[in-house]
Amino acid sequence: MEAILQNLSAISWQQVVMWIIGGILIFLAIKKDMEPTLLLPMGFGAILVNLPFSGAIGVDGALTTLYNAGIANELFPLILFIGIGAMIDFGPLLANPKLMIFGAAAQFGIFFTLCFASMFFQTNDAASIAIIGAADGPTSIVVAQKLQSNYIGAIMVAAYSYMALVPIIQPPVIKLLTTKKERKIRMEYAPKEVSKLTKILFPIVITLIAGITAPASVALVGFLMFGNLIRECGVLNSLSETAQKVLANLVTIFLGITIATQMQAENFLRAETLLILALGLLAFIFDTAGGVLFAKFINLFLKKKMNPMIGAAGISAFPMSGRVIHKMGLKEDPQNFLLMHTIAVNVSGQIASVIAGGLILNFFL
Amino acid sequence: MNFSNFVHHLTYMGQGMLTIFIVIGIIICVVYLLNKLTSEKKGGDQ
Repeated sequence: MEAILQNLSAISWQQVVMWIIGGILIFLAIKKDMEPTLLLPMGFGAILVNLPFSGAIGVDGALTTLYNAGIANELFPLILFIGIGAMIDFGPLLANPKLMIFGAAAQFGIFFTLCFASMFFQTNDAASIAIIGAADGPTSIVVAQKLQSNYIGAIMVAAYSYMALVPIIQPPVIKLLTTKKERKIRMEYAPKEVSKLTKILFPIVITLIAGITAPASVALVGFLMFGNLIRECGVLNSLSETAQKVLANLVTIFLGITIATQMQAENFLRAETLLILALGLLAFIFDTAGGVLFAKFINLFLKKKMNPMIGAAGISAFPMSGRVIHKMGLKEDPQNFLLMHTIAVNVSGQIASVIAGGLILNFFL
Repeated sequence: MNFSNFVHHLTYMGQGMLTIFIVIGIIICVVYLLNKLTSEKKGGDQ
């Protein structure tokens, strides 16, 4: 009885706030279906680590052990990248490679936010916050971890939350920057056959190029492309399926709940957390704007105009961003099918965001 | 709030965006080349 009273008296209001935050994450995951695979474990983990004298954390705590084994050395996010690489079909992009340029343009938000965040934070933290704009959880974790950011918990929560908020964040930004006429522009899709050899060589070549130009990104790009090579080689179908389903699911479970170790009240409930969430949103908005405005710029030189909305799919939230923009096109004109174009731009965003992460590491590591 | 940091980091923004465009440009060229080299010729020997 005395022990129970002692535990009860050790509960702080900050911990109660973290239970509420954990509850909100679980609510968003279950009720709103927002990135449930990550928000649910993170929400539950937030409650778990904010219990007084929690045995889950500390020197012998299971979550601390998992953190040291899988996140402190960036292992979990990299392994997850194998699964993501195995899930991605680069076919639409390989059939129309020029669309890849929008993936580059849509990284503008990362670098703009780096400048903006540097007014409030030290460079390593500003760079880690900026990478939230990659809309790519594993890249955010790797960059924040390698740069030893002091705000890794808030950065991870922001990265994964905003990925889930793509359908809410992107449409108003796109509408603000485009006219109704531009949103109605139709783009023909002429399916081109891509040879198997190209699909096999593509991940190898990308790894070589990224490794030479941004060596710090080679683990990120390499694991992503390794997963894709397993998918495309045609002789490792069972490994590809395992990577896409079992491996990705397993790592996601551990990743989500382990991230929660960084959500202890004393680390998380700071004024800076709100600022980080705001800066992450800024990065997302400017990424979207960068893609759309670049497409509008390109249109100045084209006879056959492109729908500028596809530029916004250059963020790495795959395939959500591609689908959201396709739906926006259908809403403006029910006969306007942009899906193949938006998905091609979306997968290029995946590659470009990883390269952007590597460049950030090259600059500041 | 330190505005001079913003100005200082603009260099990184310029370098970063330029590098990304160059790298993606190289990748686009390589993909075009791969497509060209590996495309199966249509209408071969009947």
